[in-house]
Amino acid sequence: MSKTLPLTGNYACAHAMAQIEPDVVACYPITPQTELMHKFADFVADGKVKTEFILVESEHSAMSACVGAAAAGARVMTATSSQGLALMWEIVYIASSLRLPLVMPLVNRALSGPINIHCDHSDAMGARDSGWIQLFCENSQEVYDTTVQAVKIAENKEVLLPVMVCFDGFIISHTTERVDILEDHEVKEFVGQYQPDHPLLDVDHPVTYGPLDLPDYYFEHKKQESDAMKNATQVVIDVGKAYKALSGREYGIFEKYLTEDADYIILCMGSTAGTAKAAADDQRARGNKVGVLKLRMFRPFPADELAQALAGAKAVAVLDRADSFNALGGPLWGDLRSALYGKCSVPVSNYIYGLGGRDIDIDMIGQVFEDLKAGKYSDKAYYLGVRE
Amino acid sequence: MAISLKKLSHKESPIAPGHRACAGCGSIIAIRQVLMATEGPVVCSMATGCMEVATTIFPYSAWRVPFIHNAFENSAATMSGVETAYRALKKQGKIDKEIKFIAFGGDGGTYDIGLQSLSGAMERGHDLLYVCYNNEAYMNTGIQRSSATPKGAATSTAPAGKAIPGKKQYSKDLTEIMVAHDIPYAAQASPHNFLDLMKKVQIALNIEGPKFINILTSCHRGWRVPQNTSIDVCKMAVETKFWPLYEVENGVYKINYKPKKDVPIEEWLKTQRRFAHLFKPENRHIIDELQNHTDQKWKKLLDLAGEK
Repeated sequence: MSKTLPLTGNYACAHAMAQIEPDVVACYPITPQTELMHKFADFVADGKVKTEFILVESEHSAMSACVGAAAAGARVMTATSSQGLALMWEIVYIASSLRLPLVMPLVNRALSGPINIHCDHSDAMGARDSGWIQLFCENSQEVYDTTVQAVKIAENKEVLLPVMVCFDGFIISHTTERVDILEDHEVKEFVGQYQPDHPLLDVDHPVTYGPLDLPDYYFEHKKQESDAMKNATQVVIDVGKAYKALSGREYGIFEKYLTEDADYIILCMGSTAGTAKAAADDQRARGNKVGVLKLRMFRPFPADELAQALAGAKAVAVLDRADSFNALGGPLWGDLRSALYGKCSVPVSNYIYGLGGRDIDIDMIGQVFEDLKAGKYSDKAYYLGVRE
Repeated sequence: MAISLKKLSHKESPIAPGHRACAGCGSIIAIRQVLMATEGPVVCSMATGCMEVATTIFPYSAWRVPFIHNAFENSAATMSGVETAYRALKKQGKIDKEIKFIAFGGDGGTYDIGLQSLSGAMERGHDLLYVCYNNEAYMNTGIQRSSATPKGAATSTAPAGKAIPGKKQYSKDLTEIMVAHDIPYAAQASPHNFLDLMKKVQIALNIEGPKFINILTSCHRGWRVPQNTSIDVCKMAVETKFWPLYEVENGVYKINYKPKKDVPIEEWLKTQRRFAHLFKPENRHIIDELQNHTDQKWKKLLDLAGEK
């Protein structure tokens, strides 16, 4: 039995966290994540969750405390945005290398400088090689559902990697939508009890976390981390299926929207997928065979699956909400081209858009479809919606 | 409970032999003393530094108790997470043991890069003991100056050169900064007086809330002293009042050791080649300044302890 509530992305996420009821949450406020933290603080203050809530003095300490608490044997969450993630960065890598299954909502916000509080994906992209699973959400419903699933993905023994649940700052985090919420017990049964393998608090079986790993072992440990990331793809799919059985809502590694017979496909992530779907509908109404591929799982990167999904297209455009400053193109585009190389010769163009919260609308995405149809192509990124 | 040497001689050290600390390392001695003073289960964290490197080279670990190293600046924040997890799981009935928590850091990881993390953990009131093994510079990375380095000391980043005679600034009084957090217990100790040090650890672990102990530990590489003088040189720091042994429990100061006679600071300085250049005529004024500074600090401490 579910109920429907009007929730912002932040509140949807806080509701999911309250129902997961982690043992420990260590958090530091930052716009636009703040309301998520406020809402969760309300749950704590009202005694609705048993969670011990640590109000740390920085995001660096938030992630540090999360690492300590998770190594101790607790189920642990935090949440951040932008500069917060940047400050955590050092410990973000340590969390994944210690194979601690943290879950962290990342309310996507542009990185400074210049300082800006609005959405782009530069924060998430800065951590794309950190050994965290990264799942992107299109709307508040997906934020809720993905947060619940993230716990089960992270804690899978074949994975044991932390998960970032990414959703667009303000566009999702502050927009009220209808969200279907599961019953508390359904969420609890779905995520189950956390069973840590070698907790620090098992004082009868002392373990050393975080030893110095020199050239004789470091490489093997990083390879194990890499293997765990490979295992994650199937686990994300399986957890998505199990969640469908519970909620009726289906989740995979990406969503194909009108792509089956599409000549022209746009690949994008986050809230822009909703806008792109509307643009695709417009094109379809005019008889143009276009589709949208919404990537949900950015890490691990589903290279083979994407190559298969795009094989029938005449041209593809990738929308990147971050620049790589490599004088070439955006990070999603770079990964996709690498995934397709040698498998699929479809031309893939790149549009960098929406930096610092710059709006993207249906007409702009419609223009990208028109570009694809007209054969407009460059091996360098185009910039969409910028004054030049 | 009184510390009995007889009992201690039968206690297995929580730090196993075979670690890779230097012969004559003051820090590993101090850490062993801290751990030997514990009586029940204990979980430890350690900032990146000599002691972390020397005790945990994979696949070996000298730690017979649960141990976590996270990074350089976050031993306190990491332990605050461990301690919070303990409270969370205990509340839920998933753990029933009484466990104590000790976070370690060197002066780099405590006075400097880890100060924010330490301050935050103390302010939040976690039930943990933070122990700084203060060897007065970043010894692990090659003897660079820290804010704990005494004025005048030569380090690799503040060397005794022709224009600048070593470190220009006095060391930061971190113990007093911790006292200013109004924590229930803060103290200074030295491994030469191990009974005092271990007693302080026991007092601290029996107090609920955040505790801090600052231990002066010699480093023969950085202080440039013979390896067999590591304890003597710590003792002389106390005898010259450079490193007073005192404790502050619930705001009440107590000086644990008052030297019988006034030993000039140069008696401590001259034992260490990091201060050798101060004995040149043109640098003698620095010794005078150090003496003056030490006298003033001691007088202030006497005042605070109500012993004018």
